[in-house]
Amino acid sequence: MPEKKRKTPKLDELEKGAWPSFVKEIKTAAEKNAMADDLLGQLERSYEEKIGHWKHGGIVGVLGYGGGVIGRYSDLPEEFPNVSHFHTMRINQPAGWFYTSDVLRKLCDIWEKHGSGLTNMHGSTGDLVFLGTKTDELEPTFKELTDLGFDLGGSGSDVRTPSCCCGMARCEWACYDTMALTYFLTMHYQDELHRPAFPYKWKFKMSGCPNDCVAAIARSDMSIIGTWRDDIQMDKAAVTEYAKSGMNIQKDVVGNCPAKCMEWDGKEIKIDNKACVKCMHCINAMPKALSPGKDRGACILIGAKAPIVEGALLSSVLIPFIKLEPPYTELIELVGKIHEVWSENGKNRERVGEFIQRVGMGNFLEAIGVEPIPEMVAHPRENPYVFYEEYFEEEDNNG
Amino acid sequence: MAEVKAKRKTDIGPPHYEKFLPLIIKENYGKWKYHEIVKPGVMVTVSQSGARLYTVRAASPRLLSIDKIRTYADLADKYSNGYLRFTSRNNVEFLLTDESKIDPLIADLRVLGHPVGGMANSISSIVHTQGWVHCHSAATDASGIVKSVMDELVGYFTDMKLPAKLRIALACCLNMCGAVHCSDIAILGIHRRPPKVDRTKLKAMCEIPSVVSACPTAAVRPATIDGVPSVEVIEERCMFCANCYTVCPAMHLNDPLNDGVSIWVGGKVSNARSEPMFSKLAIPFLPNNPPRWPEVVDAVRNLVEVWAKNARKYERMGEWINRIGWPRFFELTGIPFQKEHIDDFKHAGLTFKRSTHLTH
Repeated sequence: MPEKKRKTPKLDELEKGAWPSFVKEIKTAAEKNAMADDLLGQLERSYEEKIGHWKHGGIVGVLGYGGGVIGRYSDLPEEFPNVSHFHTMRINQPAGWFYTSDVLRKLCDIWEKHGSGLTNMHGSTGDLVFLGTKTDELEPTFKELTDLGFDLGGSGSDVRTPSCCCGMARCEWACYDTMALTYFLTMHYQDELHRPAFPYKWKFKMSGCPNDCVAAIARSDMSIIGTWRDDIQMDKAAVTEYAKSGMNIQKDVVGNCPAKCMEWDGKEIKIDNKACVKCMHCINAMPKALSPGKDRGACILIGAKAPIVEGALLSSVLIPFIKLEPPYTELIELVGKIHEVWSENGKNRERVGEFIQRVGMGNFLEAIGVEPIPEMVAHPRENPYVFYEEYFEEEDNNG
Repeated sequence: MAEVKAKRKTDIGPPHYEKFLPLIIKENYGKWKYHEIVKPGVMVTVSQSGARLYTVRAASPRLLSIDKIRTYADLADKYSNGYLRFTSRNNVEFLLTDESKIDPLIADLRVLGHPVGGMANSISSIVHTQGWVHCHSAATDASGIVKSVMDELVGYFTDMKLPAKLRIALACCLNMCGAVHCSDIAILGIHRRPPKVDRTKLKAMCEIPSVVSACPTAAVRPATIDGVPSVEVIEERCMFCANCYTVCPAMHLNDPLNDGVSIWVGGKVSNARSEPMFSKLAIPFLPNNPPRWPEVVDAVRNLVEVWAKNARKYERMGEWINRIGWPRFFELTGIPFQKEHIDDFKHAGLTFKRSTHLTH
């Protein structure tokens, strides 16, 4: 416990205001924990100097794992000895981020004993983050976590912790069971998740519908986004209720349809379902009246990533529609082929999206054994320089 | 000797989520009929069976002490049979079956200083990264800016008066752990000074070929300096991506004189109405001005207010800009357009205006 109260005039400013304060959280932890107190001191220094004070990387972990712990060391260890090492542990969250009060308390007890008492609920990829501890505490923390039934998540060039929206647990729009698939993939790829062996990271994100609440299309190498292929379900009485309640169906619903596949005659909505692009707008606007069809599954897209190294990418369509039910054989075979091709040919620190850009989507499809189809492109190429691979020679015609 | 020890558990994965689902969810899993926002931060999900699940959503700073998590646990015991969850935007949600407990829970959350809201046409919590709290490559702090911006915009969290939802995200460097590149408003920490090579460290810690190949613009090249193998940086080729620093700690990029923040607008991930879009550059540079970053707060508030005033119902930031055009966006927001707004990396030509469709 710190002997005297640390002065942090800059950070104190961030205790004011209506939004919950992270400074209060650090100070609360610092009352009982020397690591949290030194973190407060070092952060105040950063606020004075406008620069971070963490050293770069350092490989630490638990025995037999190559991922799950992010090494972090202070560059001011003499002044802030209690954060001289201050490693992050990524703990694989339960799918959908559901908890009981009981399990949260047990997690807190572990972290009170072994770490800073600070967390992130949750990190960007989805893990529950234990923020800051010493190297010696990693293995004991891991033991207590596994005794409680938890395990570490991914880091480095491995399968990163898969994450998903709450799906069927609390959403009528879920077109497949996102939490079940997330749990399945997490368990299926335990080895790949804990022991980095890929060219770079690989992220799976599961969204139950095209609203994409976990930003799968922007953030995951494989984005699995729920959709359907039959007609939108409609409750005509509920449509009438919306109209009666004053909703401007023509302007707000029909007028915003990107496929122009809806009509409203003042009494009924008519949908040309063949033309519908499953954007979700009308369903979002009238949740009591409209819902996704009954023939539900997912669209699989590939290749999203943030800018490092060659620029940000959104995922693009690989499989327009797939049924996703246990044992998920078709999906696992597809992922297996992609991992094989990418692992063998990808360059160091090349995400699969960049790999596809480098070798060409056509060649990539050929390598993984997927037929090219027009759903995969916004439009065919405009560029006439085609890499034809074969040509006839004169003697070919002599037969 | 080691046989006495219990077998060390590994590769067990996370606990199965079913252990943490309330009975009402287990009974109605996959059988929900519709949901409705009852009032800001409160949603009811109704099952085909008629069962009603109430969700109360509250803001959290993401960085939480175990004390606060224990307080959440106490609230969950008091109001939601011990069940709670977190959202993809770091909010906490309590899962209630008793409607009469909603208002007392909201009152307790208010006392705790955690506003209730973030649903429907609101600004939800800002997805963000570690910043100076815990990252080696941060060009700015994350939590401090988020706190300052949300103190200013909290009224948009606790109400639903915007034309559509507005999603703000912050990443403290171009690595974008927060994947801010598809947000209505993105706040992005940037470096602006080419890496300073620490030659002693480089020799000890880095492989020269991997440092050289890490650079997407070939700005880093091998060089022998004072007879020692090292690298040199062609400064005019550096676009401050920090990829060299990621592979080699001797390529120092953090710089208090030049680091700061850029602001991006108009991205989205949802497929609703328009296709997902990347965010585009609105403001190339704002200074790091801790503890409250007033320039950043003002810039974000201006963007929110101009959009809120001019957008049509359901129109996200990017959809609004696409309708009115970028010249009008810069005019309405008062942001000066400058050289840095025009892309000059790969495929830059695709971002030029290639028609005469202009308003005058």
